[in-house]
Amino acid sequence: MGAGHAHKLYREGRSPVHALPPHCKIAAVFCFVLVVVSTPREAVWAFGVYAVLLGGVAAVARIPAGYLLKRLLIEIPFVAFAVLMPFIAEGPRVTVLGMSLSESGLWSAWNILAKGTLGVAASVLLASTTELRALLLGLQRLRMPSLLVQIASFMIRYGDVISDEMRRMRIARQSRGFEARGVRHWGVLATSAGALFIRSYERGERVHLAMVSRGYTGTMPVIDDVTASRAQWTYAAALPLAALAVCLTGWMLV
Amino acid sequence: MTDPATAPPSLQVSGLAYAYPDGHQALFGVDLTVARGERVALLGPNGAGKTTLVLHLNGILTAGAGTVTVAGLPVAKAHLAEIRRRVGIVFQDPDDQLFMPTVREDVAFGPAAAGIRGTELEERVRRALERVGMAEFADRPPHHLSFGQRRRVAVATVLAMEPEILVLDEPSSNLDPASRRELADILRSLEVTVLMVTHDLPYALELCPRSVVLSGGVIAADGGTQELLCDEKLMREHRLELPFGFDPRSVTVPVR
Repeated sequence: MGAGHAHKLYREGRSPVHALPPHCKIAAVFCFVLVVVSTPREAVWAFGVYAVLLGGVAAVARIPAGYLLKRLLIEIPFVAFAVLMPFIAEGPRVTVLGMSLSESGLWSAWNILAKGTLGVAASVLLASTTELRALLLGLQRLRMPSLLVQIASFMIRYGDVISDEMRRMRIARQSRGFEARGVRHWGVLATSAGALFIRSYERGERVHLAMVSRGYTGTMPVIDDVTASRAQWTYAAALPLAALAVCLTGWMLV
Repeated sequence: MTDPATAPPSLQVSGLAYAYPDGHQALFGVDLTVARGERVALLGPNGAGKTTLVLHLNGILTAGAGTVTVAGLPVAKAHLAEIRRRVGIVFQDPDDQLFMPTVREDVAFGPAAAGIRGTELEERVRRALERVGMAEFADRPPHHLSFGQRRRVAVATVLAMEPEILVLDEPSSNLDPASRRELADILRSLEVTVLMVTHDLPYALELCPRSVVLSGGVIAADGGTQELLCDEKLMREHRLELPFGFDPRSVTVPVR
């Protein structure tokens, strides 16, 4: 059985950041990202201040820097494009280490890299201080369409069940002497994927039947309602408000 | 609580017939009455129409002819919500039944859908989990439990709705002998009407004083479980077979 892959993003803790209601944290991260994205890229110092702000949050949440940096690696495939920008962009060129690079391309690359990294870092902080389950409750509380929340919650519940099924199918294939080697065997893998899809689809029907049998009528009943006090909202707002001040200063100085 | 002697039967099925949209007829006039507090086993070979019958009890399928009444309330579109609260079906695969992220939320799903909130909801959940001995697992995700534990939680999800009748589809399937016995103890301790669909004849004998045999879409036999299992001709006719070495005559059946 799967040992809860779903929870490896979360890091247990009792810090004030952990204790904040999930919807406050989601709103704070969302606003922070918006502010960061709308900062002029020429205000290089502002991004440094944002990083310091996030560092402060991480310190309050007692998330070690190494942990945070390791989680940030997920960003790499997404910023690969940014690295190409200085080589392919048009406009005046500068020479760095003997390579001729586009000036506007360099700025674009910096823009994507800085904003992307800050956004990912904020999300990583959110994920490591908020349980998946709480995140869903928070989204529900923020009036995210209920269907999307339901889909996400089923993904969490059935991810392990389906990967387990996949593992059993793989073992069954191997037990009959099959090893996937090269293109010739893709047909078999495709058939397995198809079978897995059909099985999951049928399971979906059975789950729906079980839900209807217990009175499901299309909306999830509210079982846990999360509430936040004014103080908690204020506390959560500290990060985006500080960022906003930085952003505005940045616009005035540019 | 009304007096069991005068209360309407938990389940009354009369003349129930059903054909699937593809034309295959599964039920040909089923008559079955289950009194309040009774435990009845529904036996029958594969393809006899057992699942089809069960899906009529809470109005998932709508009868082609005949009626189903649960504690006096006919199964009809107008009050499906109440019918589904009264008929608690425990499906065979607990992974289908347990779809919420934690055990507690899953058990709360039924009552919450019925509009119960706050402390009363908490109380319902706690009581239902205690009745199946799973109270300390409330905050665990269902996929971290053993199969037997998941089956027990599945029973709790239905008990939390305080149903009139508990319908179990193959409750002993895939359970190891210890989990099987634990589930039997739990079922015996419940004061609720039980209809148990099963191929596990010793389990039926252990738990249900009365059995009905569904075969070819009709009730072919209805009587004491021990008598039915001892009737070799009946058993052969309906493809019912006892496990090797099991003699129903040799067993002293528990009184209740």
